[in-house]
Amino acid sequence: MIRALHEKLKNKKTTAGELAESYLVRIADRDPDIGAYLSVLGDEARRAATFVDEKIARGETIGLLEGIPGAVKDNMCMEGTRTTAGSKMLDGYIAPYDATAVGRLRSAGAVILGKTNMDEFAMGSSTESSAYKMTKNPVDTMRVPGGSSGGSAAAVAADMAVFALGSDTGGSIRQPASFCGVVGLKPTYGRVSRYGLIAMASSLDQIGPFTHTVEDAAIVLSELYGYDPMDVTTAESDGKRFEDFLTGDIRGLRIGIPKEYLSDALDERIRKTFLASVERFKSLGAEISEISLPHAKYALPVYYIIMPSEVSSNLARFDGIRFGMSVNDQEKRFANSDTLLETYLDTRDYGFGDEVKRRIMLGTYALSAGYYDAYYKKAQRVRDLIRSDFTKAFRDVDLIFSPTAPEPAFRFGAKSSGDPVGMYLSDIYTVTANLAGIPAISFPMGTVEEDGVALPVGGQLMVAWFDEETLLRGADAFEKAEK
Amino acid sequence: MSFEAVVVGLLSHTMLTTEEVKHIALLARIGLSEAETEKYRKDLSGVLDFFHELEGLDLSGEQDADGIPVKENDTREDRVVAFGSLGREDILKNVPDRTDGFIKVRSVF
Repeated sequence: MIRALHEKLKNKKTTAGELAESYLVRIADRDPDIGAYLSVLGDEARRAATFVDEKIARGETIGLLEGIPGAVKDNMCMEGTRTTAGSKMLDGYIAPYDATAVGRLRSAGAVILGKTNMDEFAMGSSTESSAYKMTKNPVDTMRVPGGSSGGSAAAVAADMAVFALGSDTGGSIRQPASFCGVVGLKPTYGRVSRYGLIAMASSLDQIGPFTHTVEDAAIVLSELYGYDPMDVTTAESDGKRFEDFLTGDIRGLRIGIPKEYLSDALDERIRKTFLASVERFKSLGAEISEISLPHAKYALPVYYIIMPSEVSSNLARFDGIRFGMSVNDQEKRFANSDTLLETYLDTRDYGFGDEVKRRIMLGTYALSAGYYDAYYKKAQRVRDLIRSDFTKAFRDVDLIFSPTAPEPAFRFGAKSSGDPVGMYLSDIYTVTANLAGIPAISFPMGTVEEDGVALPVGGQLMVAWFDEETLLRGADAFEKAEK
Repeated sequence: MSFEAVVVGLLSHTMLTTEEVKHIALLARIGLSEAETEKYRKDLSGVLDFFHELEGLDLSGEQDADGIPVKENDTREDRVVAFGSLGREDILKNVPDRTDGFIKVRSVF
């Protein structure tokens, strides 16, 4: 889609201004129902579009992303914009700087339409925990778009953005991509700078794109990636562009299916769609084999120790003192926050929702004296074993293929009331990539029928560290075969 | 044991005490009412059951780290650099309670 729009801009079949306007109109039309956006940045978008049109008028060449309208998840700072991370705690916070990823998009000439809705502080798998609004799945508005990047997934799925940025800590790009029927990419840990991304779990977080096609995801990644001195976990770029590697040829590509992922408990309809997709890879010349990830079953407990531990540390900064809301603003409500301690207790009680409090306390417990060894330290050791599983697997296969999620999009309320563990199980296939740091992509592989609606189901490919070229080539070949 | 059974199986129950939850909440600087304390006691205990799966695990095995990318420590000079186009004001305007260039807090004594 990006290339086609780029051609139209180059050949003056449309202008960036017209493109931006058409998306803003569609947002005004559809978003009151869908609820993907928390802020729409009409003026900023028009300004950015004008800049591109002036370049074209002067006869200058433009890059692939120039004039292309996109959206940004509201946990990424964009200078001068309201940035809330989906939480009351940051209500009114105006970011004083651009996240590196956002800055790179803007330098590449992308037109940012707005900031999208998300689960509060990126904690959730349905976007239901946003403090502001619910986002509906455009495919079936009685269902969730997935989470935590539900707004970004829905914006792309409903054609209210050509691409959108999300963040993925345990599956928060890939699972909503699966639920909404779009492409979602989580790059290798260290590929894309996390500077300006409101941190959730610093050893797991990664920014990535939602798009309609794999090629579009490759194009966006090409603009985002590379070393950033403001995030020392980033790796050097060698200047390559990922869309150059989409040859469409995967003959001889070795694809492994982890046997632990296809247990009897997997939804039968998803299994059928998955196995049909395996056949398609075979028909394209890939060599399919069964592999084992013996420590896969520990991934969820390990994730739900390590992630909350890092969360408890990262969210300690929200204390009502330096930024975000403070109970001291609301003297009427909290008349007796006389002491510093009370400021902390009341601000954090009022500003955080249930799931955020749950995870902070879980992490605090896991890191506390007497429990640190039994939980956090042990979880890190098991994490090393999970990583080793992949090192071994990637000696025998190039790609690993599985379903992205164990179910299609569920109805609102189906998992958010009662036992939180039910929601955590949505991440079963996605957390391993974050724990290991390897890149992973979700792409549409079919639909399953439920209540008369064809619900999208995503397939997930994983690849070894820093091998996004192979990852994208595999997903792109699958997608092209459908056409 | 199947993947799901291991994850969902609640083999034994870790029930936190009310005192433990109050202690955690205080460490986390989150004020909770009595009713909230009870709610989170149940929620957290349920999640902690998850972790029992790691108990019997043999961690003595050799790890295969071959192929995992490693990065050396990357440091920069300890230098003050001006921030953003407006500088300090851009940052300070988000502070809820301030006087001139100072961020105000309630007294600690």
